Amino acid sequence: MSLNAVWALLLREAKIFLRERERIVSILISPLLFLFVMGKGMAAGRSPVEGFTYQQFIFPGILAMVILFTSITYGLYIIWDKRLDFLKEVLAAPISRATLFVGKALGGMLGALIETLLLLVIGAFFILPQSPLQVLLCLLAAVPVSYLITNMGLTIGAKMKSMEGFGLVMSFLTWPLFFFSGALFDLNGAAPYIKAVSLIDPVTYAVDLMRIIMLGAGHFTVWADLGAIALFCLATTALGVAAFGKLQQEK
Amino acid sequence: MAAIVTDNLVKRYDEVTAVAGVSLEIAEGEVFGLLGPNGAGKTTTISMLSTLVRPTSGTALVAGLDIIRAPLEVRRNIGIVFQEPSVDDLLSARENLYLHSMLYGMPRREIPGRIEEMLRLVNLSERGDSLVRTYSGGMRRRLEIARGLIHGPKILFLDEPTLGLDPASRKAVWEHIRALKNRHNTTIILTTHYMEEADSLADRIGIIDKGRVIELGTPAELKKRVGHDLVFLRGAIDEAAVKALPFVNTAERDGDRWKIGIADSGVNLQALLNAAGRIQEVEVRRVTLDDVFLKFAGQQISDDEDEKADGFFERVAAQKAVRR
Repeated sequence: MSLNAVWALLLREAKIFLRERERIVSILISPLLFLFVMGKGMAAGRSPVEGFTYQQFIFPGILAMVILFTSITYGLYIIWDKRLDFLKEVLAAPISRATLFVGKALGGMLGALIETLLLLVIGAFFILPQSPLQVLLCLLAAVPVSYLITNMGLTIGAKMKSMEGFGLVMSFLTWPLFFFSGALFDLNGAAPYIKAVSLIDPVTYAVDLMRIIMLGAGHFTVWADLGAIALFCLATTALGVAAFGKLQQEK
Repeated sequence: MAAIVTDNLVKRYDEVTAVAGVSLEIAEGEVFGLLGPNGAGKTTTISMLSTLVRPTSGTALVAGLDIIRAPLEVRRNIGIVFQEPSVDDLLSARENLYLHSMLYGMPRREIPGRIEEMLRLVNLSERGDSLVRTYSGGMRRRLEIARGLIHGPKILFLDEPTLGLDPASRKAVWEHIRALKNRHNTTIILTTHYMEEADSLADRIGIIDKGRVIELGTPAELKKRVGHDLVFLRGAIDEAAVKALPFVNTAERDGDRWKIGIADSGVNLQALLNAAGRIQEVEVRRVTLDDVFLKFAGQQISDDEDEKADGFFERVAAQKAVRR
């Protein structure tokens, strides 16, 4: 593993992310719709956690949603790289595939952190005031979560041949991950099959961790959440490095 | 020491054999041209030598290192300029060079100086901070060459370095390649299907067709093997005297002129003209590598590099490339 190479890859992703401002804004659109239209529109929606409105209750879940969407989209972007020859340069460089994978994953993580911070600030003003410590903890929690979801995106992206599959991944993976995570409702009162699926959904633990930080109440304990997230990080790293080992320039 | 030694390199894909056993030896400091039509196996050969593609069988030593056993070490010793531009559109030239230098493990202190040196070499110093997406095709190609060289490789692979460039940019790239050879003694492996490119740049040429090297030699040797230059004469020609000359291989009527094949027109033209009689018009056509290829591969190298992208994805990709 070459740290210089990881740093350079990360720097590249950061520069590109900050240069494509439209992308930063467009990714925030659907989370904002959920927060301000659904969260506010469901006037009868009651918060399962005492002392909060429904809008405030789903805020941590929507933060997890932003991380999920930013990270997975970023990961799938590697399909473009593959088709447009930009990847060739890094595939031909004297670095191991593990180095390349980690550099890419950290790049995705950085993007997700920027989006998370933006939404946290918006939410802190309009929905739920947050202390600086809470903001910091949320960002810290976003680090492993975005890492593991970027890994998933990169792994799938490395195996996919064309961008047509992008919609499929969104329908069959991203949205289910979001809905089964309990971002919009309380898992305690959910049907048994939803509970069962939610246990294997990494986003569940991300939502729960955010809720503990922001609302002070969660479904699992902090340690259970962190443990599950750590396991998913390890597993997705292993899968991703293996997928990158086979990665070749298309055409 | 040889820069590259290949030992019966073979690459088979499911149905197709792209490279069917290539054994070559390329000397240090040599400019070696791999010449052949599209699909002959040029790019696959280069991809194997640069460790991007694993050979089905056979192996090669590049800079003394085995491409299968020590791919990362091989990579550190080579530079590659790809057929299709792979510089990052969303970064500036300086950023592209910086990323490359870091990936190749150059000492950090040396990087800024090398970047400026390379930008000067390819005349991009002034535009070094503009995003690459604002560059013309020729500028991108020059940046690619700068990037391929920045880590000081012993061996440089150039895959169709002037494909799709306008004549002025092509000349500029040729100048850079010559300068590299003269100043830095870099070994250069060049693939091309432009005859004049191979002729003017390469010390030695390997003609590759259907995955095999079918002919190997200096441009002059290859031309000599084809035989003769053609001299077209119009006027009252003394046929017997011409045919009696020792260096004349063929003499036949071609419309209202004579078509005479002679060895080495540079030396023998004067003697031919002296013997031929009263001449109104002379035209000399020297053997070109086109003739060489025609003779050895039995076909013309077609000039069809502008294959139109017609698949759905290619169209989307093209649009996206424009948008970026």
